[in-house]
Amino acid sequence: MRRSEQSAAREIPHHFATPRQAYESGKLGMWIFLATEVLLFGGLFAAYAVYRGNHPEVFVYAHRFLDARLGALNTLILITSSLTMAWAVRSAQLGNRRLLTLLLALTLLGGGAFLGVKIVEYEHKWKHGLLWGEQYRPHHPETAQEHSSAPEIPRETPPGDRTNIPPAAIGPPGLASSTDEERAAHASAKEPRNVHLFFGVYFAMTGLHGLHVIAGLLVIGWVFVRARGGAYGPSNFEPVDRAGLYWHLVDLIWIFLFPLLYLIH
Amino acid sequence: MGKMPISLIRFGEGSFWMPAPASTAAPAVDRVFDFILYVSIFFFLLIVALMLFFIIRYHRGRGVEAEKTATHHTGLELMWTVIPLILVFIIFYLGFTGYMNLATPPANTYEVNVVGQKWKWLFTYPNGHVDDNLHVPLDVPVRLVLTSEDVIHSFFVPAFRVKKDAVPGRYTNLWFEATEPGEYDVFCAEYCGTSHSDMIARVIVHPPGEFEKWLQDASNFLERMAPADAGAKLMTTRGCKQCHSIDGKSNIGPTFLGIYGREGVFKDGRRYTVEENYIRRAILDPQSEIVAGYEPVMPTYKGRLKDQEITAMIEYLKTLKE
Amino acid sequence: MNGSTAVADNYLSHGRGFRSWFFTLDHKRIGVMYLASIFFFLILGGFFAMLIRTELLTPGRTIMDADTYNQVFTLHGAVMIFLFIIPGIPAAFGNFVLPVMLGAKDVAFPRLNLLSYHLYVVGAIFSVVSILLGAVDTGWTFYTPYSTTTHTSVVSMTLGAFILGFSSIFTGINFIVTIHRMRPPGMSWNRLPLFLWALYSTAIIQVLATPVLGITLLLLIVERLLGIGIFDPALGGDPVLYQHFFWFYSHPAVYIMILPAMGVMSELISVFSRKHIFGYKAIAYSSVAIAVLSFLVWGHHMFTSGQSDLGNMIFSALTFSVAIPSAIKVFNWLATMYKGSIRLDTPMLYALSFLLLFGIGGLTGLFLGALATDVHLHDTYFVVAHFHYTMMGGVLIAFLGAMHYWWPKMFGRMYSEKAGRLAAFLVFVGFNLTFFSQFVMGSQGMPRRYYNYLDRFQPYHVLSTIGAYVLAVAFVVLAGNLIHSLFRGRKAPANPWGSATLEWMCASPPPHDNFAEPPEAGDPYDLEHLVYDESIGGYVPRTAREGA
Repeated sequence: MRRSEQSAAREIPHHFATPRQAYESGKLGMWIFLATEVLLFGGLFAAYAVYRGNHPEVFVYAHRFLDARLGALNTLILITSSLTMAWAVRSAQLGNRRLLTLLLALTLLGGGAFLGVKIVEYEHKWKHGLLWGEQYRPHHPETAQEHSSAPEIPRETPPGDRTNIPPAAIGPPGLASSTDEERAAHASAKEPRNVHLFFGVYFAMTGLHGLHVIAGLLVIGWVFVRARGGAYGPSNFEPVDRAGLYWHLVDLIWIFLFPLLYLIH
Repeated sequence: MGKMPISLIRFGEGSFWMPAPASTAAPAVDRVFDFILYVSIFFFLLIVALMLFFIIRYHRGRGVEAEKTATHHTGLELMWTVIPLILVFIIFYLGFTGYMNLATPPANTYEVNVVGQKWKWLFTYPNGHVDDNLHVPLDVPVRLVLTSEDVIHSFFVPAFRVKKDAVPGRYTNLWFEATEPGEYDVFCAEYCGTSHSDMIARVIVHPPGEFEKWLQDASNFLERMAPADAGAKLMTTRGCKQCHSIDGKSNIGPTFLGIYGREGVFKDGRRYTVEENYIRRAILDPQSEIVAGYEPVMPTYKGRLKDQEITAMIEYLKTLKE
Repeated sequence: MNGSTAVADNYLSHGRGFRSWFFTLDHKRIGVMYLASIFFFLILGGFFAMLIRTELLTPGRTIMDADTYNQVFTLHGAVMIFLFIIPGIPAAFGNFVLPVMLGAKDVAFPRLNLLSYHLYVVGAIFSVVSILLGAVDTGWTFYTPYSTTTHTSVVSMTLGAFILGFSSIFTGINFIVTIHRMRPPGMSWNRLPLFLWALYSTAIIQVLATPVLGITLLLLIVERLLGIGIFDPALGGDPVLYQHFFWFYSHPAVYIMILPAMGVMSELISVFSRKHIFGYKAIAYSSVAIAVLSFLVWGHHMFTSGQSDLGNMIFSALTFSVAIPSAIKVFNWLATMYKGSIRLDTPMLYALSFLLLFGIGGLTGLFLGALATDVHLHDTYFVVAHFHYTMMGGVLIAFLGAMHYWWPKMFGRMYSEKAGRLAAFLVFVGFNLTFFSQFVMGSQGMPRRYYNYLDRFQPYHVLSTIGAYVLAVAFVVLAGNLIHSLFRGRKAPANPWGSATLEWMCASPPPHDNFAEPPEAGDPYDLEHLVYDESIGGYVPRTAREGA
């Protein structure tokens, strides 16, 4: 009996009493989900804070290997795509189908461009061995030479084989004591120890963010396809709205990542 | 398991709950424990008494109708909020002051460096002597500086009521002052793998004057003993036997029985013959050559063994013929 | 189920076949599938527990070697925590009961609800696969650097836990939104049944804490696969940071486990005392207080880790603050019994067991919250006994109580009271035998996770093992009774216990859509209008009876 009334007004899931209840539930659910996303990144921000607190010199030294111009470009791209996304939601509310598809396409383009720039940055790090943990084997980092006097760092062995447990920090000095450490200390006189920690944090944070960008693009892509089919209108724009919220969150996280990673003083 | 005769280990004089106290901190900790125990017993008995009383007094058959009674009472509810609050505040305060006592060593402590490794404690005395048991003088505050070679361990002496994690890559501290001569167990309290439960050492508390004599005696064993005997002693104190058997049984590492002159294959396929230089390399850089069939888990002893000591160990290994 | 009387369409008969269950959007069916899965993992975890206790009957080797033992206790912990206790009451009973208790047709997002069950299955498969891949030997806490260097299948297990985390988050989102948006007319926040208050508080923790566990486990996985070095001391990383991350989730997770159990308690005590719950607001708000405070106490797992003295002091003080809301609840439950009409049916026996066992669990927490005594007791069997008294004596007992309480509603059958009471009694005896001796051996200095032990601890271990066997027998009786009831049980009336919450207003088992029209909600603890009807063996509203 109620079903016929509902389908006449608008399709809502049978377990909701009114469209308003359905709408508000969806919105609240989305906001809670965004809160969990913030906390997911919160863990990484906490790790960032701890390591920056413990090794400030590493962060100051290593952030020069990142290209702040590319980072700024990406910030600009994401903010623009957030704008087009917000505008897309408005178009859906106003029922402007053509503008909606156009703006969604622009948003997708922005997300794609962001990933493109990110790939350029990653490739540069990869080429110069500016990677995390054991993979950190830097050589000829041009950017560093441009920005600072960071020396070329020869390193025969990766720091710390997983199974290679370092010698005891204490114990009687014997004849067997090595000079390896002294040599290493001398060779990288200008490089602080454990620079790879910065890149570990960098790749963890931007990597997780990158995954979220991809997820966002998939969601917006799906909305885009449905929008072309004319699925959204003034009374039915929630999916566009939810995708928009998600995209703004992805944008917002980047706005924190950019200064924390690229602009350290 | 323990090779020490059981009568030497102090226990049985403790209470139902706690082992016999043997440090200056122990009685204080026990007092806090007892206080909480009495509070807990009081409240537990209160709950049981009320519960039993209500069950017996108000037990009714099926079908009895509910009666209207009070649904809340602000005064009562305030009471059982405020009284526990005051009690837990007192408990917190006692616990905190007791802890500060445990955490703050007095001036002029005797210091021993402690290294945890899978699955052995190594104690280094100020004169450089290394032992696998902790010997301390009676009535002298001793400070331990702990670290670990591999994973997190935890240094725990129940009789002293002290415990502290040994964390790789950093130092932690612990202090105690023993008040009873005798021997006490040291457990590893942080799970660390296969032989976690066998990572047991002893604290030996020496009466006044005897500690110095023991240290003197223990330190110059390389001069006093034949190289092979000294090597045997080193093998025990440095934890080699935790992973290498001397009776032919395969353990975490290859057996030492008949090792000198043995031939075999490394993981990477190269062949080897065990001779003096091989043994030296295996001790100082164990990751470079892993015998096929074993995991690369041995820590390096670089910087922790003198050449003279390695020589003694080689001599000992030569005696282990099949 | 096509019985004689005209029980029209209920959710059990609404659709047949595997697909109608596994892809159902009906919260009741999802709840039942959760219940079956969770009970299966309870039995699996219990099986590992029996292996542990049997091994510890003698020092040294009894039935397995040290490595196997380490894997078995890890599996016991991981299965019990991630697959039984965390989803336990909320996912099984919460899913089944929450919408009906609200008088709603379903949770707010039925698809998301089904997705969280499917994620639970996938996560469970990953965990089980890790057993086949050579198990995990890290302990369920996965402490670094042990977990990053051991040669066992840590990745598969942590990935499983990661996926289960998402399952838990989605359930939490669903519950919060459902309680916020789908309450029926008349159900103000102050008329929300206390079980729902507890689920609501639980959901808040699930939503806020689980993502942190997610990122922690991700970092651990990346650490193992790529060597990122964040927790690796050999690479300048901080292994203790892992502990902070881990307990930032896992301490609140303790309250994810216990809060729903407390919610069940509030229902049981009130219904079986036939009396309005005493101090409704205090109980409701204390759930929220516990949820908030639970985020501030994680450091008490690390008093001996080398954490600063100031940090230890703050965490100790905050830890004691959690004791207050718990104490408030216990005293309010006791006060509810005062002047009631107490019936000792099986669910009530579990509720009373909970009061005693959780009482001991909570009080022994005082020893561990106090810094001076914690240093001695940390990582000993005292801790093992303490958390089994709270987790098993608390959560498992409440889970069993909930199971016996809602069983007639879920399956429309009554079980044998006699067998039910016998099982409850055996659980109580077996439990105390198993774990009380562990307090004593712990304070005497027996560390936890020990394969081998000194001879002087053996008497305690033997007692403990005997208790474990008694528990095993108890579970056979319990499971036999419930399964028997499905086939031979008396048909359950709509309201066998005389509760006033809405789920008892619809038939047992409930119809597919729960309620045709949203019912009018009154005071959920106003039991006076319910009277016993001999002919159906259940309670009916006074007006209905007088009309008939």
